Amino acid sequence: MAFEGLSERLQGTMTKIKGKGKVNEADVKEMMREVRFALIEADVNLKVVKEFVKKISERAIGQDVMDSLTPGQQVVKIVKDELTELMGGEERKIEFSTKQPTVIMMVGLQGAGKTTTTGKLANLLRRKHNRKPLLVAADVYRPAAIQQLETIGKQLSLPVFSKGTDMSPVEIARQAIEHAKAEHLDTVIIDTAGRLHVDEALMQELKDIRALKEPDEIFLVVDSMTGQDAVNVAQNFDEAIGITGVVLTKLDGDTRGGAALSIRAVTQKPIKFVGMGEKMDALEAFHPERMASRILGMGDMLSLIEKAQSNVDEVKAKELEEKFRTSTFTFDDFLEQMSQVKQMGPLDEILKMLPGANKIKGLENAKVDEGQMDRVEAIIYSMTKKEKTTPEIINANRKKRIAKGSGTNIQDVNRLLKQFEDMKKMMKQMSGMNTKKGRKKMGMPGLDSLFK
Amino acid sequence: MSFFKKLKDKFAGNAEAEESTEKYKEGLAKTRIGFTSKINDLVAKYRKVDEDFFEELEEILLQADVGFETVIELMDDLRFEVQRKNVKDTSNVQSVISEKLVEIYEAGEAEINEINFVEGLTVILMVGVNGVGKTTTIGKLAHRFKNEGKTVMLAAGDTFRAGAIEQLDVWGKRVGVDVIKQSEGSDPAAVMYDAVRSAKSRGVDVLICDTAGRLQNKVNLMNELQKVHRVISREIPGAPHEVLLALDATTGQNAMLQAQTFKEVTDVTGIVLTKLDGTAKGGIVLAIRNKLKIPVKFVGLGEKLDDLQPFDAQKYVYGLFAEGLDKEQQLEDEEADK
Repeated sequence: MAFEGLSERLQGTMTKIKGKGKVNEADVKEMMREVRFALIEADVNLKVVKEFVKKISERAIGQDVMDSLTPGQQVVKIVKDELTELMGGEERKIEFSTKQPTVIMMVGLQGAGKTTTTGKLANLLRRKHNRKPLLVAADVYRPAAIQQLETIGKQLSLPVFSKGTDMSPVEIARQAIEHAKAEHLDTVIIDTAGRLHVDEALMQELKDIRALKEPDEIFLVVDSMTGQDAVNVAQNFDEAIGITGVVLTKLDGDTRGGAALSIRAVTQKPIKFVGMGEKMDALEAFHPERMASRILGMGDMLSLIEKAQSNVDEVKAKELEEKFRTSTFTFDDFLEQMSQVKQMGPLDEILKMLPGANKIKGLENAKVDEGQMDRVEAIIYSMTKKEKTTPEIINANRKKRIAKGSGTNIQDVNRLLKQFEDMKKMMKQMSGMNTKKGRKKMGMPGLDSLFK
Repeated sequence: MSFFKKLKDKFAGNAEAEESTEKYKEGLAKTRIGFTSKINDLVAKYRKVDEDFFEELEEILLQADVGFETVIELMDDLRFEVQRKNVKDTSNVQSVISEKLVEIYEAGEAEINEINFVEGLTVILMVGVNGVGKTTTIGKLAHRFKNEGKTVMLAAGDTFRAGAIEQLDVWGKRVGVDVIKQSEGSDPAAVMYDAVRSAKSRGVDVLICDTAGRLQNKVNLMNELQKVHRVISREIPGAPHEVLLALDATTGQNAMLQAQTFKEVTDVTGIVLTKLDGTAKGGIVLAIRNKLKIPVKFVGLGEKLDDLQPFDAQKYVYGLFAEGLDKEQQLEDEEADK
């Protein structure tokens, strides 16, 4: 039941228009209907959608969309650009106070992920900004919330300030700031209790904490799966205590995350970080363009490229490139490449980031057989040094030995040899062409055929 | 007699029903302000039932997270119904709307809201994504079952999240039931095995199993959940007797994917809709009921122990429309006086 992305949605309208030669205003209107549907299905707030669609259609009609050869693509582009712009704005770094300590408050609804994010943020500040954070357990209401933060502190070897559940959160926060001063800890991150945005008593408590020492940042932590209500949540928190930024959590799920757009449109506050996993280092900077693609169901090519780049060793990539050219690519290099792909993470997750991948039938629950990869590895490990560099010498006897050694059968060995040959051929062809830079680094020609 | 009045009469005079209806009314107060007042405005704005009226109604439903497909279906139904009953005045359309909503929920089936208690040990498995309120719901469920005179045991199957075991432990003490637990990071399937064994030997009535929150697109974690499910069924054939999926009422369209995936993996038998006391409407459960046929069994209407109520489609809709209904009733009474 995966939702269709905007591109797919528009395809239907496009085929109707194609035969017409000219696109009129009514067609634009119909396209805008699809845009509207796509955004609502992505959980963008209806009011935001309406304003947005109005803006887009003005742009679409005013511009030369009509004469464009591919009006569909043009519309998608306009929508995506506008979305990106809406969510972007100036990128602001985290504000650190000149007067120690810097105080950061984490607020949000229950279950949004405040405590986990508090830990992740502290970890990030220490790693990237060289700060010395103090975690403050000010959620005295939820059972074991304090233990949760303490455990996280232990995992990260970071100090946690906790006073049990008998002290008021305001007093805990006050003492924590004093404690940080005394201990020369330069950043205080206060984990507050989750609350309903309509709960006035608890909102007052946040105001009181805020009044202690004007926080340098107040982050609203929002679950990226939130629906139409995201707007109310953001608005109420912003009006009550004045947030400075937003952290979007659980974005490693398969939600479109339209809440991001709603919140941004309503509060005008920047989305600063996104939570991308359960591990303590899974907090990343927010990229408006990627979010726009995601809301529109267009795949996340940029994240994929970045992921590849951060995992692929530049020097090794250069060496490989050289080998491609001189056709001295061996099974050892092949192994090397495979391990690099593996480092990028589970293959099925990588596949999901490809644009259009959600459209391929059966891929939505495709489980790439990582076992197949292991078998390929086993086969290569069972070759002798000489066989790896000059596979031509592998005859029937050697094949038998390799199959036996790797616990596979001769067909498997044959298939791998054939694929390897194909790969080499393709590389030869490719290196003759002037390929784009990024492509070569990621170049895995023929690798896909291994998993079919 | 209007549908609304019928509902009202049904709950009046029955103290218990009235009390829980009150809870719904209270819990859904915020929902009503958003949703029902909009319907009221709409009714006030349009005197006649026409296309503009329907279009605006469609938007109100979309804003309740009901989801596109279901809204379209619902609108088609409504148009048909309005025509059939020859409703022209918008003030009468409210009861038609509530009737339709209830119909979708009940979908012509005998309601299966009740927990499927069996002779001997009943095992309930709680599943869901991160942060929806699984552990809290288990605490409230344990409280409810205990008050019904059952002996309850809890299994701390969330061995992953920091502090999760302690959280369940606190609930266990608060409610006064035993909690079976191992250390953080241990195999959840092993915890379940232990828990089922000791529940059997101690002869308890209900065992409620907590699991770690997991996003439904994480294949490995879903496999782990399947294993937990398998271990329980191996120990007791037919168990778990209930697999409850906790859904956050603020969740948007992704809830549909959650329901679908969790159903595939663990054969979800019911939904617990949590955090309905905010302004969120939880409209996606309509779509889920419509498409996947999973019934909502409980709703969380507040933070207190007894704020978890068995789901009742009629009461839910009553809660949504309570004010509108009263108004309609007033009008009817005035008419009668004339």
